[in-house]
Amino acid sequence: MTTITVPTTQARRTTQPKSRPTGFLTDTWTVLVRELTPKLRQPASMLFAMVQPLVFLALFAPLLPDVESGSALQWFVPGIVVMTALMGASMTGADLTAEIRSGSHERLLVSPLSRPSLLVGRALKEVVPVLFQTALILAVVTPFSFDLHLGGVLVGAVIVSLFAIGLGALSFALATAAKEQDWVFWTVQQMLIFPLLLLSGVLLPLDGAPGWLRFLSDINPMTYVVEAERALFAGRFPADVVTGGLVAAAAVAVAGVLVGVRTMERSS
Amino acid sequence: MTSESGVMTNHNHQRPVIRTQALTRHFTRGKKTVEAVRGLDLEIQQGELVAFLGPNGAGKSTTLRMLTTLIPPTSGTAEVAGHDVVRSRGAVRRSIGYVGQGNAAAFVQRGRDELMSQARAHGIPRAAAKTRTDELLTAFDLQEHADRPVQTLSGGQRRRLDIAIGLFNHPEVLFLDEPSTGLDPQNRANLQEQIRRLHEDGTTIVLTTHYLEEADALAGRVIVVDHGVVIADDTATRLKERLGDLVRLGFATEADAAVAAGRAESVLAGPTLVERTGTQVSIRSPRGADSAPALALDLAAHGTPASRMEVHTPTLDDVFLDLTGRSLRESAESTTGTQTEGAAA
Ligand SMILES: Nc1ncnc2c1ncn2[C@@H]1O[C@H](COP(=O)(O)OP(=O)(O)OP(=O)(O)O)[C@@H](O)[C@H]1O
Ligand SMILES: [Mg+2]
Repeated sequence: MTTITVPTTQARRTTQPKSRPTGFLTDTWTVLVRELTPKLRQPASMLFAMVQPLVFLALFAPLLPDVESGSALQWFVPGIVVMTALMGASMTGADLTAEIRSGSHERLLVSPLSRPSLLVGRALKEVVPVLFQTALILAVVTPFSFDLHLGGVLVGAVIVSLFAIGLGALSFALATAAKEQDWVFWTVQQMLIFPLLLLSGVLLPLDGAPGWLRFLSDINPMTYVVEAERALFAGRFPADVVTGGLVAAAAVAVAGVLVGVRTMERSS
Repeated sequence: MTSESGVMTNHNHQRPVIRTQALTRHFTRGKKTVEAVRGLDLEIQQGELVAFLGPNGAGKSTTLRMLTTLIPPTSGTAEVAGHDVVRSRGAVRRSIGYVGQGNAAAFVQRGRDELMSQARAHGIPRAAAKTRTDELLTAFDLQEHADRPVQTLSGGQRRRLDIAIGLFNHPEVLFLDEPSTGLDPQNRANLQEQIRRLHEDGTTIVLTTHYLEEADALAGRVIVVDHGVVIADDTATRLKERLGDLVRLGFATEADAAVAAGRAESVLAGPTLVERTGTQVSIRSPRGADSAPALALDLAAHGTPASRMEVHTPTLDDVFLDLTGRSLRESAESTTGTQTEGAAA
């Protein structure tokens, strides 16, 4: 039986498209396109968001002391990329609270879209701008004291994307659990991102930190992602550091999707 | 089964399209537990158009949310289109359309974009999706409003968009939770027309509504729920027949009224209520409208002629009021005095 029935009678002029099974990737793409469409329709707001890390970089980079291993920019830029990903991904759930309240999220839940794709697609909406921002940052800093190593940057982009997908899924789960109460979402989000950020050594190295701080830094997966990015952006591929970053990012991704799907299925 | 062959509803279908067994859902918030749905046993056959009626908080939306896989039942089972709503959620989702009580389109989105995303979610190819989108926008008079943010649409325009999105995949089973809320009379009539057409196409439709006239006009079957249980399940006509017509008689004196109340008991076939207040007698009885003239003659022949007579055939609202003790209308216009079963002494 055909899935699309071309109307045969003039009397009933309705087409009869029928629902067909789709895969995870198709579904993720569907969710991503849906999320990005309103943003693409307002390019001005996109552009503004795009240059934000540049502003941050311009104001912060001149303050950096010279480090013994290469230029300060070389050390600082990978951290900024991870920070941008953290900020973006942690916002994934922000739009969701509005959609939960209005009912459009409910409609997506009733649709056949696979649950992980709802999470990943939404998280990717934040990852895509981060990748563009990264390209922009690199384009701006390369003429200065920064050496571009494309291979390392690409591997780094994969790791940071994985990390961001996981964080995005967790942010989604947080929004789902917070339901209509926006403040719960914002409070928890703010409460978590700053410790994550500071403990990862993005802004300041933690070499001279007291033991307890070092311990907290060691159990922060973001620390490993940042370290891997620093090596990769410098064109180095130390197996242990890169693997460490990849494992940390993948662990966050898997945990995020698992927690996200669970929260989604339990919410009422 | 194609929609063409479904035009004539197949009444002796083996398997109901919707079947629930002891379907139950509790909500626990802190220490309080709300028993939203309590042991629902339901069978709905293919092609049926069923209206769920019930006061606020009766459990209508909760039932629909379980049947559409949004929330799992606390206990009991439900099957929709042959699939278990817990074990085969994906299959259920592909077979159904759902218009919830909220808005289907996100406020930042444009209507057309949301229709297209619905198409993608259902794996409908682009060309077919475009045709269908235009068709639905036209059917719900939304062409002019499809290309600006949903936020800027009026409440009724938004509601129509919700319905268009819910219908996109030509679902086998369609769930509509208060679809007509917020629609003006013209758009409500248009919606009823669309629903009727889908019904003729063989779609199984379950809707909830607070407009009893709508349930009366549309649905072949009315299910009244209250406090999470079904309290009536029949055709609107039979529900009204069972309640009976209301005959109200006025008399010159209270004594006459008392005598008449006694006569009414014996003349009318099984009155469900005979009530005297002052010089007035109210009688509710099946086919009361038909026996009212005979009653008037009888009363005159026995020397207690009625000075005035009113006959009301019941509306679904009366049925609802009788069943739940509450009127669905905001303005509860009922002014019932002390109800004494049987004749006043
Ligand atoms: N997510 C929830 N958490 C807690 N309680 C809930 C939840 N959803 C529904 N309830 C409660 O369950 C009961 C049934 O609610 P439901 O929404 O099914 O009613 P309804 O019949 O659809 O009412 P209405 O006509 O107002 O839409 C209500 O008491 C409601 O407060
Ligand atoms: Mg409801």
